[in-house]
Amino acid sequence: MSLSDSDVKKVAKLARIAISDDDVPHLKNELNGILSWIEQLQEVDVDGVEAMTSSVDVSLPMRDDVCAEGYTGGGQPENVTRNAPKTEDHFFVVPKVVE
Amino acid sequence: MTENRNLLRGETGDWEVVIGLEVHAQVASNSKLFSGAPATYGAGPNENVSLVDAAMPGMLPVINKFCVEQAIKTGLGLNAKIHTWSRFDRKNYFYPDLPQGYQISQYKDPIVGEGEIEVELDAERTITVGIERLHLEQDAGKSVHDLAPRESHVDLNRSGVALMEIVSKPEMRSAEEASAYFSKLRTIVRYLGTCDGNMDQGSMRADVNVSVCRAGNYAKFVETGDFSFLGTRTETKNVNSIRFVRQVVDYEARRQIQVLEAGGEIDQETRLFDVKTGETKTMRSKEDAHDYRYFPDPDLLPLTFTDEYVEEIRASLPELPDAKKHRFVSEYGLSSYDAAVLVADKDKSIYFEDVAKGRDGKLASSWVTTELFGLLNKEGKEITESPISASQLGSLIDLIQDKTISGKIAKQIFEFMLDEDAGKDPKDIVEARGLKQVTDTGALEAAADKVIAENPDQVAKVKDKPKALGWFVGQVMKETGGKANPQAVNAILKQKLGVE
Amino acid sequence: MTDLTKKTIAELRDGYAAKDFSAAEVTDAYLSRAEAATDLNAYVRMTPDLAKSQAKASDERIAKGEARPLEGIPLGIKDLFCTKDIETNAASHILDGFVPPYESTVSQNLLDDGGVFLGKLNLDEFAMGSSNETSYYGPVVNPWRRGNEETKLTPGGSSGGSSSAVSARLCAAATATDTGGSIRQPASLTATVGIKPTYGRCSRWGIVAFASSLDQAGPITRDVRDGAIMLSSMASHDPKDSTSINRPVPDYEKALEGGVKGMKIGIPKEYRLDGMNEEIDAVWEKGAQLLRDQGAEVVEVSLPLTKYALPVYYIVAPAEASSNLARYDGVKYGLRVHDDNIHEMYMKTRAEGFGKEVQRRLMIGTYVLSAGYYDAYYLRAQRVRKKIADELAEVFKSVDLLLTPSSPGAAFGFGEKSADPIEMYLNDVFTVTANLAGIPGISVPAGLDAQGLPLGLQLLAPAFGEETMLRGARALEEALGFDAQPTEWWT
Ligand SMILES: [Mg+2]
Ligand SMILES: [Zn+2]
Repeated sequence: MSLSDSDVKKVAKLARIAISDDDVPHLKNELNGILSWIEQLQEVDVDGVEAMTSSVDVSLPMRDDVCAEGYTGGGQPENVTRNAPKTEDHFFVVPKVVE
Repeated sequence: MTENRNLLRGETGDWEVVIGLEVHAQVASNSKLFSGAPATYGAGPNENVSLVDAAMPGMLPVINKFCVEQAIKTGLGLNAKIHTWSRFDRKNYFYPDLPQGYQISQYKDPIVGEGEIEVELDAERTITVGIERLHLEQDAGKSVHDLAPRESHVDLNRSGVALMEIVSKPEMRSAEEASAYFSKLRTIVRYLGTCDGNMDQGSMRADVNVSVCRAGNYAKFVETGDFSFLGTRTETKNVNSIRFVRQVVDYEARRQIQVLEAGGEIDQETRLFDVKTGETKTMRSKEDAHDYRYFPDPDLLPLTFTDEYVEEIRASLPELPDAKKHRFVSEYGLSSYDAAVLVADKDKSIYFEDVAKGRDGKLASSWVTTELFGLLNKEGKEITESPISASQLGSLIDLIQDKTISGKIAKQIFEFMLDEDAGKDPKDIVEARGLKQVTDTGALEAAADKVIAENPDQVAKVKDKPKALGWFVGQVMKETGGKANPQAVNAILKQKLGVE
Repeated sequence: MTDLTKKTIAELRDGYAAKDFSAAEVTDAYLSRAEAATDLNAYVRMTPDLAKSQAKASDERIAKGEARPLEGIPLGIKDLFCTKDIETNAASHILDGFVPPYESTVSQNLLDDGGVFLGKLNLDEFAMGSSNETSYYGPVVNPWRRGNEETKLTPGGSSGGSSSAVSARLCAAATATDTGGSIRQPASLTATVGIKPTYGRCSRWGIVAFASSLDQAGPITRDVRDGAIMLSSMASHDPKDSTSINRPVPDYEKALEGGVKGMKIGIPKEYRLDGMNEEIDAVWEKGAQLLRDQGAEVVEVSLPLTKYALPVYYIVAPAEASSNLARYDGVKYGLRVHDDNIHEMYMKTRAEGFGKEVQRRLMIGTYVLSAGYYDAYYLRAQRVRKKIADELAEVFKSVDLLLTPSSPGAAFGFGEKSADPIEMYLNDVFTVTANLAGIPGISVPAGLDAQGLPLGLQLLAPAFGEETMLRGARALEEALGFDAQPTEWWT
């Protein structure tokens, strides 16, 4: 599998990274280089092998349904918004979103 | 083949509509699915937001056990298969109300699999609707677009709130079926207490998938499982009332038929419902097609529990609407439809049962559904705000059953209980107002004799027209101030007038 | 007075107890040494005021006899750890000006044990790199040089600030993180000790995420004992991290002695790469011989799937990263490049905010998860990963530890490998398996090559085998007797 110019542009858009047309050739080369290198995994017989998504082999720990204090709780709009490039009355402000 | 009452007539022939619903029901939890921020409605901007919900770097999700239990409960209420191994996936897309850049959802391995529920349409028709799955996921935040001309304001209070997404099979065939299904789901989650069902606050909303196909093709789809027999579907998002579901289906079916008959094609697209116009309109352009790149969330591990745990939850379930409906039919002799109407609202069903217990079920049902519901409807009140308590109404029915009063008097007492005799026991009202039914034959005979003597013309008529007997009954009732036992009066008059 | 910065954590602890010197004196010594070492570019941000006040508080506790395990120990914190009210950027332009209102669990554990924070250490941007060249703040320089050459060399990556700072004695010890080798490879290139614990041993809460299923925090220290002391403090069970393991943290320092007598140590034959640097081979053989001399049984083992570990890693890590880094969108924190259209704002912000290597990995990660490619790349990679982990588990049924080189070469010059991404990726060839399988690994300094550059050896243990691993590392360290120091050209 090898990426075309338009694939590179599509992937960049999906990743929300602006690229210029000048960037496309070298990005394409680099990405295709990496992709052809990882292509060697096709040699491995993985029939019937389950995918390993974590090395931790326990069940998901669960918490009680209580409203927490501190970082993992609410009531801290100041902390939530203090690093934002633009805010107003504890709202995040962004360029207009049109549906 | 049975007659298909759902056919839609087009210019070029008949069409069928096929509907599937994805219902998002907010779990009635204190805190969010993966953080300890409150899940309550109506707080100030970003008040109910933890640093986890705001996707601060390094923040991690920890699942709320209560939400898992509610999903299992709801799954059991949908007669569905509970998966003791499930997993959370990330659905990746960029949107300002999605702070992480992904929604944590369940894609390949949901917590609940296939199930089915009964949906009553009217007195004769009950359908079964298949459930495809139920999964847990995070809600997104909210963008406000009208605070500034060129900017949107983002509030993440809803971000991370726990939702159960209940996906139906594409088995509904009309707007009526779709709305009845949505309504039935609401009844079930409210019985279970897993969701408050409050549509105004967005606690329950439906994505309505609609497609149309040529008459007969749906049957082929059912037979073969081949989706190509069905038309291309559109998905209308976030429809938050039962009535709107109906409107969306009607509008979309009509629109799609028009497009197809004009030689056009239906785009598989997301649409929005405009409450003001009752129309749907396209939401996102096609070229911005989504590729959600689902993959298992590496911050979370598989969600597993034992069958015993599921059984424990099952044992704790309240009686569900369908079971209650069947019990009302067998225990109180109600019709299936009357029973369905009563169980549709948990509080109403409890009220009814308080009234009916140990009494004539049909009589109780007719008083509850006709008199009481009629009154509540008129006054726009919930059953929990009823001015007449279940024990008052029960005691009124006792008086009818033991013939202390007639049904007619009972209606008068009902009126008194709403007004000057509010809160009083009907027995005391009967006593105080002297409304006890007259069954003393001597008194009734005297009254009958009086009416016969005073109305010779009517007596002459009744010989040829036995139906005129009713007039005499009415006169005798009047004579006794309505307290006479109407059956007794009837018998006495028949005998005295010689009518059969 | 002898140079206080030459003392290990254990020696400082003893010196404090004996009132030989104060935490304030030690902290001042480190601060002035670190402030003078700007050529190394190890710190992105120093916190002298904080350090001084923490040292003062430590001295008060020491005076009262209430010293905690790391009381008054001056530490450097990799800038991937969020530190409350101290700017944290992960060496990325996109996190410009970000001041976390919270403290990562690991750094909080260190504070709770009395650690003194000297400042935040440089790294590859978002920990993506093996040479520190991807940092927005410029690369960290290795204190070690090739003989008398002035060529600036990499301290390894991504924890290059941590390795350089520990090696040059700009802190007593440092925190680091390891996703594919980012603790062990820089430790190897700077003659320091780097420990990557079992996945789930240290909390990931508050650490800027790169690849969630692989990221693990650990220490870089002068010697094995200090590594054990640091790890005992850093490790904990954290209910805020669902992948944190609920298991008591041993006192690792107590596990150090006892030697390797009777231990069975495996040498994976597939780690002997074609055309591998002979000096590395020699150091490896020397390490094996020393372990044998001390009574360990050294056996050759086979791990044929090892060669697939790097390609698996370069699917899994970018895939997770592409999702983890989606939150950097110019809305909630950090850089925003303005545009009236929100989607353009995202595109421009991320193009400007992320460096080239990060962009490359985000694009690879996006691609391998996208419709039509998921099964062929991501899913297949996770299946191969399972086979690799199973293969390792099988080998650990017959051996206690594995001994391998830490890195395929010594420190290299900037630009020497950065032209070809894959050549750079090969730096992690010996370390990445441990991340995929979640097992612990340690790199210890093993010798110098002909040019005078450090080489490291790695010991790997099965999950939660840290105590055995540390015992082996301590024995190896003792037998090797490595004590070379870099020439202090930067002061
Ligand atoms: Mg939907
Ligand atoms: Zn959903």
